Amino acid sequence: MSALPDDELPPNMTVASRAAVYLRSGGFVAPLITVLVAFLAGGLVVLATGHNPIETYQAIFKGTGFNWVFPWLSEDDRTIAALALQQTLITTTPLILTGLAVAFAFRCGLFNIGGQGQYIVGSILAVWVGSSFDGMPALLHIVVAILAGILSGAAWAGIAGLLKAVTGTNEVITTIMLNWIAIWVGVWLFGLGGPLQNDDPTRVDVPVSNDVLAGAKLPVFWGDAQLQGLHIGIFIALAALVVFWVLLNRTTLGYEVRAVGFSPDAAEASGINVRRNYILVMAICGAFAGLGGALDVMGWQFRIATNDIPANQLAFFGIAVALLGRNTAIGTLLGALLFAGLINGTSTRNLDPSVFEPQLATNLTYMIQGLVVLLISTDVLVVYLLRLRRRRRTQAVAA
Amino acid sequence: MADSPALELRGITKRFGALVANNSVDFELKRGEIHALLGENGAGKSTLMNVLYGLHQPDEGQILLDGEPVTIDSPRRAIGLGIGMVHQHFMLVPVMTVAENLVLGAEPRSGLLLDYKGAANRVRELSQQFGLAVDPDAKVEDIGVGTQQRVEILRALFRGAKVLVLDEPTAVLTPQEAQDLFVVLRRLTEQGTSVVFISHKLNEVLDIADRVTVLRRGEKIDTVSTEGATERSLAGLMVGREVLLRVEKPEQTLGEPLLTLEGVSAEDDRGLPAVNDVSLEVRAGEIVGLAGVDANGQSELIEAIMGLRAPTAGTITVDGKDVTHCGPRDTLAAGVSHIAEDRHRRGLVLEFDLAENLCLREYKTPAFSTRGFLSPSKMVTRARKLLKEFDVRGGEPETRAGSLSGGNQQKVVIARELTADPKVIIAAQPTRGLDVGAIEFVHRRLVEERDRGKAVLLVSLELEEVRSLSDRVLVIYEGRIVTELPPESSEEDFGVYMTGGGRDERAA
Repeated sequence: MSALPDDELPPNMTVASRAAVYLRSGGFVAPLITVLVAFLAGGLVVLATGHNPIETYQAIFKGTGFNWVFPWLSEDDRTIAALALQQTLITTTPLILTGLAVAFAFRCGLFNIGGQGQYIVGSILAVWVGSSFDGMPALLHIVVAILAGILSGAAWAGIAGLLKAVTGTNEVITTIMLNWIAIWVGVWLFGLGGPLQNDDPTRVDVPVSNDVLAGAKLPVFWGDAQLQGLHIGIFIALAALVVFWVLLNRTTLGYEVRAVGFSPDAAEASGINVRRNYILVMAICGAFAGLGGALDVMGWQFRIATNDIPANQLAFFGIAVALLGRNTAIGTLLGALLFAGLINGTSTRNLDPSVFEPQLATNLTYMIQGLVVLLISTDVLVVYLLRLRRRRRTQAVAA
Repeated sequence: MADSPALELRGITKRFGALVANNSVDFELKRGEIHALLGENGAGKSTLMNVLYGLHQPDEGQILLDGEPVTIDSPRRAIGLGIGMVHQHFMLVPVMTVAENLVLGAEPRSGLLLDYKGAANRVRELSQQFGLAVDPDAKVEDIGVGTQQRVEILRALFRGAKVLVLDEPTAVLTPQEAQDLFVVLRRLTEQGTSVVFISHKLNEVLDIADRVTVLRRGEKIDTVSTEGATERSLAGLMVGREVLLRVEKPEQTLGEPLLTLEGVSAEDDRGLPAVNDVSLEVRAGEIVGLAGVDANGQSELIEAIMGLRAPTAGTITVDGKDVTHCGPRDTLAAGVSHIAEDRHRRGLVLEFDLAENLCLREYKTPAFSTRGFLSPSKMVTRARKLLKEFDVRGGEPETRAGSLSGGNQQKVVIARELTADPKVIIAAQPTRGLDVGAIEFVHRRLVEERDRGKAVLLVSLELEEVRSLSDRVLVIYEGRIVTELPPESSEEDFGVYMTGGGRDERAA
């Protein structure tokens, strides 16, 4: 009849809901250490390849354009930094959204690996709407195309939610399967002879979509629209962060989501419809990711090439972003900035080739991403083992 | 030598940061004595025993075995010194035989192989010597809880234990099994083994122990002989004030039936019948107790009522409204409150703060949300009021529920469930793991609800609790209600029905 240890977790939690507890919102020390260790390990690898890690990181930092904020920069340097920063922020936009797609699921005890498929489906619908309906008023066209991206992403992820709710199928499996379906549907749609391949007679042998019409392109507010300046999608992504926070912390829906995430049994006993939550949450995740896809095609890609569909890894970076950001709004923003900086800082275009071969530097990005995920997993494992040990002890002589 | 006590703890102090878990505690165990260690949760019993078993090192103080000072830096060392511990959760391997379990870690060998015959013989010798009847060849998974406990005790003796520490040994036993255990313990002490008996249950302590040491907030309050002590005097020592052990129940005013079950059946998670054709009625102004040994369909029955498990047959009615096929939300809305048997699993969202937990039933009502948007300030205000009213200590509205003590967690659950102003209250194990003070509080609130015309269904594994609170008692065995008894009936009568005996008697 002794009391259970106070911190004992409710039984039969899923892996994802355990992670949701361990990676509780709040606390920035652990993620910071994770990043530092990842960079340190990355530096060792750079050293092993015979380069100077400090110089390499400095070059990568310059490549991100984050140095634009330094007031002491010369006029020339500032112009170069501005160009780099615009690129970084363009990448930040979808990373925030695919990060949110993972974070929101995590808060409900679900693991959404389907960000990629949801992003692809969103971009397909957005590119179709954006390249059709010539003559539609510009603002309306943009809104409709964005909505198409959001709703299609939501529907796509909703399938996984529905399957989980009705048959109990694990969402990890179904979202991965849906990724592949989305990839190959996209390849078929825009491939040679595909129903949505471009109808430009000069490009019949090119497997790409039609171009997004001028009226459906997102306005560029910083930099040159012809040279891939920064489009307004970043503000939409920032707004999505606010929506995420409000939804989770200030609505009855978010209250239910968190309750289900922490303890499905207690939520059910309190009358919360757990299954309905699974469907809704997955749909909302898909909406975030689908929005990310829509903003990319309407902001700077303007078309989808079949080659690019399977190659796009943004949604997987989104998992790292959410984990590093501890599934919070602010954490997701910071995580997205970090990974966007890494991606652009190591890109061929931005990294000083005299310091590190850019064709190798991209691998550095993947390596640091891998290290971050690995370290976060170890972090979870360490916390878990510590708790287990403590629980054993308290159980051993509980009186 | 012969005069020195078997075990003596002198001035044990153990601090965890600012918290003083044990403050200069003295404890003395005479040879052949059964010495009970009594105290509320958090009184320092576990810390003291952890120190004794080598899991913690004391900051100050001394441990003496047979008058010799010893240092115990690990459980291995403790075992080597002849200290045996029987945990509440048995540490046996279910698929192995009793003999194999017993010698685990110190296997007699013949060559490279386990000398199984030697082990079995050793078990027979020991069980004969101490009068502990066990079959060495039986698999642990096939024997009852009481026998498993004997195996644990035997294992400690096998390793040469002279001092045996029993941690809440009766928590898992039926009254009959507990009596058997006491017989065994007395026999052990006759042969010179000394026993430390940790317990919450006052009547047991009076029954079995020679002396009692009471701890409160890390300090030793007193060591008294059980001769001349009463439940009331011990409870007073434990809590530090007068405690009402018997619940004062005013005259009953019975009303309409508020909860009616007719022929309800339900299956367990494996699809096997768990509840069989249960019919019962709880009327306004009465507490109906459901007595039974664990896992006889109580949990499934509660889940069926709460809409957490679909009944396979029968009807469930709450104040005239059919809720048989309602989900949890509609059942709660029909006026049912649920004090869940496992507050960590169903009663609370441990990661939520108290304000959020207190709103679990009502977050969607206009009082706490408008058009889907929550009003955190209203939740906090209400929480502050309820925490005060229900005397929840150590928690603000912003405190995480998981960081409260068990008793205070239960108060939070009760605050939420009772302020919903229900018609029916399903109280499942409402005092599980609580200390005397918190138990008193819970019992008082349940009786108050009864007097306010609520129908209370009390499901508990504590027969004592069922008998003292209920107006009438139903006994459940293997998913059936086997009889109804007045609460005044003797413990033996209940025991017979709870273990399925009554049916054979009637049949004969």
